[in-house]
Amino acid sequence: MVGELMVSARREFHAVMMRCRKAVDRKNIHYVSKFEIECLLGLYKAACSKGKMDRNRFRDFLHREFSMTDDILMDRVFKAFDKDNDSLVGPSEWVEGLSILLRGNMEEKIQFCFDVYDLNSDGYISREEMFHMLKTSLVKPTSDEDPDEGIKDLVEVCIKKMDDDQDHRLSFKDFHAAVLREPLLIECFGPCLPADKDVKGFLEKLSVNSK
Amino acid sequence: MGQTLTSAAHWTSAKEGRGGKLEFTQANEAILNKIIQFVEGFSGAHPEECNVIFQQALTWPTCLTPADLSGGYSQKGSETVSDAVTPNGVPFVTLKSAGKQNEICVMSFEHLEGILRASGDKKMSETRACLEHNPDPVAKMCGDRFATEREDTEIEDKKRNLRLVLLIKDFDDKLISEAIKHISSEVKLTPPEVDRMVKLLRDYSGDDEEKHVLEDISWMPPYTYVFENGCRAPPYRQLHGDISYIQAQPHDGDKMCITASTTGYFFNGAEGETYKDLVILLREKSPRFAELIDKQDLFKVRHTEDDNGLVVGSSHGHRDIDDEDDERQDNGNRAVQKAEDKKKVAEKKKQDQGRSKRLEPSFKWRVLNVHDAQDNKQEKQVVKAPPKKRKEILYSDGRSVKKAQHSDGEDSFEESTSESEEEEESPDRRQEANSDLPSEYWQIQKLVKYLKGGNQTATIIALCAMMDFNLTQETCQLAIRDVGGLEVLINLLDTDDIKCKIGSLKILKEISCNTQIRRAIADLGGLETMVKILRDPNKTLKTLAAETIANVAKFRRARRTVRRYQGIRKLVALLDCIPVVSGVRTTEQEKDVEVARSGALALWSCSKSTKNKQAMRRAGAIPLLAKLLKSTHENMLIPVVGTLQECATEPSYRLAIRTEGMIEDLVKNLKSENQELQMHCASAIFKCAEEQETRHLVRQYGGLDPLVTLLSQNDNKELLAAATGAIWKCSISPENVVRFQQLKAIELLVGLLNKQPEEVLVNVVGAIAELAKEPANRPLIKKAGGVPSLVQLLTGTNRALLVNVTKAVGQSAEDPDNMVMIDRLDGVRLLWSLLKNQNASVQASAAWALCPCIQNVKDSGEMVRSFVGGLELIVSLLKSDDREVLASICAAIASIAKDEENLAVITDHGVVPMLAHLTDTTDDQLRRHLAEAIARCCNWGDNRESFGREQAVASLVKYLKSEDISVHRSTARALHELSKDPDNCITMHEAGVVKPLLVLVGSHDEELQEAAAGCIANIRRLALANEKAQK
Repeated sequence: MVGELMVSARREFHAVMMRCRKAVDRKNIHYVSKFEIECLLGLYKAACSKGKMDRNRFRDFLHREFSMTDDILMDRVFKAFDKDNDSLVGPSEWVEGLSILLRGNMEEKIQFCFDVYDLNSDGYISREEMFHMLKTSLVKPTSDEDPDEGIKDLVEVCIKKMDDDQDHRLSFKDFHAAVLREPLLIECFGPCLPADKDVKGFLEKLSVNSK
Repeated sequence: MGQTLTSAAHWTSAKEGRGGKLEFTQANEAILNKIIQFVEGFSGAHPEECNVIFQQALTWPTCLTPADLSGGYSQKGSETVSDAVTPNGVPFVTLKSAGKQNEICVMSFEHLEGILRASGDKKMSETRACLEHNPDPVAKMCGDRFATEREDTEIEDKKRNLRLVLLIKDFDDKLISEAIKHISSEVKLTPPEVDRMVKLLRDYSGDDEEKHVLEDISWMPPYTYVFENGCRAPPYRQLHGDISYIQAQPHDGDKMCITASTTGYFFNGAEGETYKDLVILLREKSPRFAELIDKQDLFKVRHTEDDNGLVVGSSHGHRDIDDEDDERQDNGNRAVQKAEDKKKVAEKKKQDQGRSKRLEPSFKWRVLNVHDAQDNKQEKQVVKAPPKKRKEILYSDGRSVKKAQHSDGEDSFEESTSESEEEEESPDRRQEANSDLPSEYWQIQKLVKYLKGGNQTATIIALCAMMDFNLTQETCQLAIRDVGGLEVLINLLDTDDIKCKIGSLKILKEISCNTQIRRAIADLGGLETMVKILRDPNKTLKTLAAETIANVAKFRRARRTVRRYQGIRKLVALLDCIPVVSGVRTTEQEKDVEVARSGALALWSCSKSTKNKQAMRRAGAIPLLAKLLKSTHENMLIPVVGTLQECATEPSYRLAIRTEGMIEDLVKNLKSENQELQMHCASAIFKCAEEQETRHLVRQYGGLDPLVTLLSQNDNKELLAAATGAIWKCSISPENVVRFQQLKAIELLVGLLNKQPEEVLVNVVGAIAELAKEPANRPLIKKAGGVPSLVQLLTGTNRALLVNVTKAVGQSAEDPDNMVMIDRLDGVRLLWSLLKNQNASVQASAAWALCPCIQNVKDSGEMVRSFVGGLELIVSLLKSDDREVLASICAAIASIAKDEENLAVITDHGVVPMLAHLTDTTDDQLRRHLAEAIARCCNWGDNRESFGREQAVASLVKYLKSEDISVHRSTARALHELSKDPDNCITMHEAGVVKPLLVLVGSHDEELQEAAAGCIANIRRLALANEKAQK
């Protein structure tokens, strides 16, 4: 039984491998070498040795490697990885997702971030979603001010800055245009991309580990 | 005591002679006190030994008087003697009164003790006198080798003697071991000690400015060979006490060359202080080192009880880390202990201050008008805030801590600087609290609040929102400052989040266009952080930081700060990008170029300070700039050329610009379309063309043509000023003048004489003056109608302009046709009145210009006389201190004196003694014109005799030793004139004039020959007449 599982797993890896290679050739994903894909899959295998890549494992991974801390956003990153909605990150989802995080170009990253921020996946980032994401971003005021006022204000700032079509919510088009105008806005609702030095560290570790 | 006295006690330099004195030092005082105690307690402790009779009496001049001795003493003539006598009948104590100085002889310890008691408060001086006169008291007490070979000595006596000797020796040992504690604090350096110190510091050296106290420390080559005695200095220097030579490179400032000698550490060549400790020396010279070493806990000042300062760390092969730490600590302690006490106290105080200051709002907070309440809040945060481990550290915590530390460091800097900065501080314009504030103010205040109290996400939103304001507008800039946004922005630069840093720098870059904001950024220590960012791997960040520095470093203090924090070197490092000659550049390359461009931009700002220029050169900026100069992009070329032209005021840069082949590129860019670039290129050529070879290069690369083309740029005055300046300097070379003639530059230049700002005029007129040196050009000036304009300019006030105008007028006056015109326009009178100018160079230049005028004008004597008071003025200028003025006035006097009537007038004004007074000079130019003037002035009345009386003749004879042929010529002429007076002939002959004159007779210059021969003839004639008379 176990042996069978192993065989099927190995087969699946092989298939992913082939698919990824093709993707690399088509330049859909950005790994410099096939070797790197192998390394990533190796890492996946190691991480899944005690079970499947579920939400918690994935969050641990994000926290450990990319120092992400925001629970809401980490969940959303998981969702963004998990394309087939089976609450697991499969090997090909893993490679493709990390491709964006590690070596994605601007367009891909914008799409990825938008997907993360669009909490209910309705194609728009609404005021409520923004409020939800920015909830913890301000230190609680000491005085008797309304604690939510600052956050509401920040949301208004974001709407004002990014909502080009003035429908009081951000469409992908709005978000895309705003980020191109000002690249700093790509993570405007919370960190969901790894920092440069984390990426560098991760890639180095990857190559060292597999050697 | 002998041991202590000879080795431990401090003797004055006269020690070798008889009259050695003990110095009044603390160490000596301690020793003396010990000795007094020893002697006073002697009879009690050793009743037997105290009666031992000294072999020789201890004798010393004393302040004691017979009255001081009472009981058991009796008067015997002029001597006071003790009643007790030795078996030989010699009294134990004898006090001889010989005039003012009394002398006392003592024969035993018992009585020595008595004498000390009697001397009361003068004990110390008595003991001092005693020891001074008996440098080896033991020998006197017990005799040489204390082996008394007299037969009658009993065994018992010998034993007693021996015991006494042992006692004294015992005491001596104790004494020396105590004294050595003091001495050890001034112990001489030894080679192992130096080795250890350097090794230790080397362990703490490296590139990291945070961790390492020095960049490098090593033995100075070639003195690296270790001699047998451990020294590295060559043997002949070892004789002078040198041990080794050390070179240390601190993070700030230049490499230091230090000599370690037995007396301490000092800088090579400099006659500075000698330091007992290397750390202290480095501390003094490098503020950065001092700062860093304070951070190294190991070196921190700490007092320990059992620190006797004698422990010399022995070097074990292997040591535990703890061991090593201990040793370093020990070392640190000793380092400080060795310093003078005062310094220690001062230093400690400073540190204490620093520590207490850390919690106080610094001066800068007050400057920035941050409310006290806010300060207090932040302070509390400093104290309370526990370190948070998660990433979302609220920035305000880190911020306040950092700020306080910073102010600490900055204060110590301020202490070390002496430069005054008053002129830099402009009055702060601040909005009135009650005045109507624009809506932006409140919005910005709100955003700053979010910056203060938000995590990185909120910070980024706030930063991006802030960028939407019109940051070039002063209200917004000042609003950011007034609500305390600058502090927050600067503190954001210290965080880890790259996006926050980028956002913050984007805003800082924009608002630093405002001078007040610049100052505030510098005051808040923003430059330090930005300089650190210059080493960040993120290129966007580097670029933004350099651009902001370029904006902030527009005033002197900021430039100095950049240099202090090693900014220059880092900026120069930014320049190092691989040049992409052509073709498509990748984004990464694009970024590299952008980094280099921003680096050049910042260096451009920084290069306005001379010290920065030097620092840039040392950091190797020149070859990198040369490489960037090959670029084809204007936005790159402008800062590069701008930097170069700024630096070209330094001769070393001018040389480098030439030798690195940059002239070619400068000339190439002169043909660019961009006026700003053209302007900087022309300006660089203007400054570099001070040198002849550069001028030739400019011509060879065809730079003269575009320069002349630029003369048509009548709208851009800056460009015009630079271009005309370049033409001016280039036309110093005659070859270039030829080319300018072909290009009809003179006509164009004359055309620019009207309605131009002064900075253009100065250069235009300077160029005309240079071009007019070529005779063919002089008529051209007149033809182009330049003479009236030039004469008109003589009425100006600009000093530089006047110098050039007078030169130009003088040059054109060489042409008789021009002179007629100048005379008609009353130019000579204007020139003459410029002699009254306050400035020496204007005076000199005007006087030079007068010479050709006087020579070339018709009926010059009459004209000169027509200037009321003019001759008196010119004679009075002979009192000037300026050599150039003196030479030019002498030349003018020589011209004036051609007219007899005028000569008579100036003689009446006392020109003769004044000229004679100047003859001592060694300046060849002055000599030449002075001799000329003397020659001319001889032609009136008894002026020849007067020159003789004023002792001018002998000095003139010395001029013949000069190497300048024109000096010879005028001197020979003067001597010829003077020799017409017999007394002068005698003086000349005595001064040995004949020999050099005979040489000059053989000269190829006919005029010189004639004058020399005439002079000799006069002397000879006198001699003949003399002989005849004697017969």
